[in-house]
Amino acid sequence: MAVLELPEWMALAPALLLAGTALVLFLLDSINPRSTNRTLFAGVAVLGSLSSLAVAVWFTAAGVGATGIENYGVIDLMGGQFIVDQLALYFMIIIAIVTALVTVASHDYLRDHTYQAEYYSLILLAATGMSMMAASNSLVTIFIALELTSLPSYALVAILKDNRGSVEAGLKYFLIGALSSAIFVYGVSLVYGATGSLQLEDIATNLDVAGEMGGLLGLGILMLIGGIAFKTASVPFHFWAPEAYEGAPAPISAFLSSASKAAGFVLAFRVFTTAFPVAATTEVIGVDWTLAFVILAIVTMTVGNFAAATQENVKRMLAYSSIGHAGYVLIGLAALSAEGGELVMGAAMMHLLVYGFMNTGAFLFVALAEYWGVGRTFEDYNGLSKQAPFACAAMAVFMFSLAGVPPFGGFWSKYLLYTQTINAAADNTILLVLAAALVVNSALSLYYYSRLVKALWIEEPILERDRLAQPTGLYAAIIAAAVLTVVVLPAFGPVADAALEAAAAVVA
Amino acid sequence: MMIEALIAVALLGALVTFVAPNRIAGKLAFAISLVPAALSLWLFAAFDGSGNALRGGELAFESQAAWIEIGEYSISWFVGLDGISLPLVVLTTILCTLAIVSSWTPIDERESQFYGLILFIEANLIGVFSALDFFLWFVFWEAVLIPMYLLIGIWGGPRRKYAAIKFFVYTNVASLVMFGAFIALVFGLGDSVTSFALPEIAGAMLDGGPEGFFGLEGTTLASVVFVAMFLGFAVKVPIVPFHTWLPDAHVEAPTPASVLLAGVLLKMGTYALLRFNFTMFPEQVEMYAVPIAAIAVISVIYGAMLALAQTDLKRIVAYSSVSSMGYVILGLVAYTQFGVGGATFQMVSHGLISGLMFMAVGVIYNATHTRMVTDMSGLADRMPIAVGILIAGAFGYMGLPLMSGFYGEFTIFFGAFGSDLLDYSPLFTAAAMFGIVIVAGYLLFALQRTVFGPYRLETDYEVGRAPLHDIAPMVVLLGLIILLGVAPDLIFDMITDAIDPIIQYGGDL
Repeated sequence: MAVLELPEWMALAPALLLAGTALVLFLLDSINPRSTNRTLFAGVAVLGSLSSLAVAVWFTAAGVGATGIENYGVIDLMGGQFIVDQLALYFMIIIAIVTALVTVASHDYLRDHTYQAEYYSLILLAATGMSMMAASNSLVTIFIALELTSLPSYALVAILKDNRGSVEAGLKYFLIGALSSAIFVYGVSLVYGATGSLQLEDIATNLDVAGEMGGLLGLGILMLIGGIAFKTASVPFHFWAPEAYEGAPAPISAFLSSASKAAGFVLAFRVFTTAFPVAATTEVIGVDWTLAFVILAIVTMTVGNFAAATQENVKRMLAYSSIGHAGYVLIGLAALSAEGGELVMGAAMMHLLVYGFMNTGAFLFVALAEYWGVGRTFEDYNGLSKQAPFACAAMAVFMFSLAGVPPFGGFWSKYLLYTQTINAAADNTILLVLAAALVVNSALSLYYYSRLVKALWIEEPILERDRLAQPTGLYAAIIAAAVLTVVVLPAFGPVADAALEAAAAVVA
Repeated sequence: MMIEALIAVALLGALVTFVAPNRIAGKLAFAISLVPAALSLWLFAAFDGSGNALRGGELAFESQAAWIEIGEYSISWFVGLDGISLPLVVLTTILCTLAIVSSWTPIDERESQFYGLILFIEANLIGVFSALDFFLWFVFWEAVLIPMYLLIGIWGGPRRKYAAIKFFVYTNVASLVMFGAFIALVFGLGDSVTSFALPEIAGAMLDGGPEGFFGLEGTTLASVVFVAMFLGFAVKVPIVPFHTWLPDAHVEAPTPASVLLAGVLLKMGTYALLRFNFTMFPEQVEMYAVPIAAIAVISVIYGAMLALAQTDLKRIVAYSSVSSMGYVILGLVAYTQFGVGGATFQMVSHGLISGLMFMAVGVIYNATHTRMVTDMSGLADRMPIAVGILIAGAFGYMGLPLMSGFYGEFTIFFGAFGSDLLDYSPLFTAAAMFGIVIVAGYLLFALQRTVFGPYRLETDYEVGRAPLHDIAPMVVLLGLIILLGVAPDLIFDMITDAIDPIIQYGGDL
């Protein structure tokens, strides 16, 4: 590693900075446990996530982890347990951006809350886990990172201790999380049993040894998919998402549905490309595992979108839409067996980045509405634009971007995903079904996204409302997310390059 | 960099207007919109392009910059103007400025948002007519939907919610169909294209066309894509039977939005047909010429008949657009110099005339608060200037010589009658010409009942003369209509220069 001759372990700096910030917050809290100086805590948390973002961007720009450049190259640490390549850095950037937006917004949202320092340090610990997940290169480190993410998340969902919904959501989330963790570990043990290795590259090289244990390996892979489905809120482990997102404080819903989902996907991208290359694995287990993702992608996006279309509660609608988007991203894995699959996966990664802006922003708008206390259903949102035009303009940007309508960032990622899927379909015709499902679901999603825009901008308010406050932090986060969603459209070149580099880093 | 400047001024202006106080938003937006209008007139004066943009012509004000690389394909910022697109850009900027002035009276709430959206639409419309990369073009094309949806939905009439969502869903689904078809075509062209630049794709279509995709033969693929894109654009134009969103959108939309919708947004559809279907697929045009001409004639006659049956002034003008757009399609499918040239001329001419008509109806509505033909008569006494302009606009619509409508329709009929490509072309032309008679019928009938005769008004409003700022934009439009009618060569020369290469390819078949 030659960025200013830093030691090699510094390659993990984006994750380490997040962990360090979490510890600083604990320290501050132990100096004065009764302190509710929310500006200090939020400020430290924002600073920590922004510095993590800055370092990750700097590393990417400097070429850390890029293949084919002398002195830089992919950095592997602790005997290949961790790996810092463009894929890891790309996802560290997504996670840091979402964390920064969420912590800025939480400043106002948590104004009357007792556990300020704990809240922020839990967020940062979870973010640390996600960052580590992006860099983990062995099933053991992956599992540790997974748990480091999950445990703080359970607590965060239930952090409104006096709120029945929040506690109930936390419990549900925990129970399903525990179940899926158990399935995931069991899958790890099966894979280990079949191949005798936990390190991802070694699994790939040992695949031929596993010859007679193909069934065992196949079962293991299936269970790993289960664990990933939980983390990414995909079918069949998606049903916790609407409950947890609805009950959780809205900034936490934003955090879980954007950052946690991205982390789940980076894990899937790395494990399935590095450890189980399609051709070699098919030879051993007899089935092409991309088929599982084809089915999961179609079912996930359809379930998510159809359920979202029937919701009356805005937060639940966003939760189901987040399941739908997980379905879109799954196409990235489903197309891996086809020629041009790495481009589809790259497009899926672009979608995750843009999704990080627009979905976080949308949930933060819900946080703002909760802050105002206007209610939860579409009707409660009627006519808000008369009182808060800027926040509502931002929300319209998020909705249209989520629906994939230009001129917003969501357009590029969704349409590139579509075009690349069509392109890859020349090699594997089953992908045509995926492309068709993507179009149908996108068209459907426009219905419920535009319904919210209609409520905000076109409908008349049902009740007279008092003047609405304009909390600085929440507004700043929402506007920042909206600006990012718009600016990413002209600036999509570098994003596309980075995502394609990241995909190329793992797809041989 | 001039086109970028145009778009940037409109975009920044939209932002500034959006945050400006309501009180000054109208005047501010007007001042800002003068900049692109003046710039576009300068572009018109300084135009030095020749030939067709997609046929290797000399582009004016061209600029290109790499944007996104994905796989073997690159997407770029690629804009430039030729003789087809420049008149439409000028039409856009002028109509936007006039539409802003015409909104001062009717728009009395949330002004800053309203004018911000108008400027935002202007930026995207300029983009649609100048973009030469498919993705870039598609971004602008789709981005027009959102502001128009909001303009209809927020400031529209009683059934605005229904009209807004209908407009959005119809045109968006059509765009999806068209997008999917075009992407299949690009991939079907295989290695011969490496970018989404339209000139490159058009070139590859002439050098043999697509190799095939998904087991479809190359020619079959081209036909499928042609039909899908034609349907996609047909909704936008709109052509019968895809026209039902139009009257709803027009009737509910506020006047300035109607002006832009009829004046420019419909031209997006015909412009796209000319750029894509009629430039890239000469063989398919020949193959499907008769059915296309048939639905063009049906649009002309059926649209006019529908207009005849209406009692709402705005609906009359709305349906007459369906009829006028039918002429444009007939001119395009004739594939002769006068046919395609006349169709392009008619796009500009109809933009001016229908803009004028909607403004005039809007001014009458501002005073009377009704648009029903049966609710009023004898308005000419009370608002002589506004009514005079309305009558002049109606005569423009009917194709009075020395007004632009005459030249547009005459050249279309002339070109269509002599078309070699279109079988039974004299029959189609004769049938379409019958539309002129119906147009005269419904316009004169409506005028006779509303503006002449003894004064009578069913609503409780005192009708007086319209304010100057309502009249001024209409006078400007009327002046332009007469100017183009007297001196059509102002734009017809550059139009024929740009369409000649297309006619060659079409004619040689």
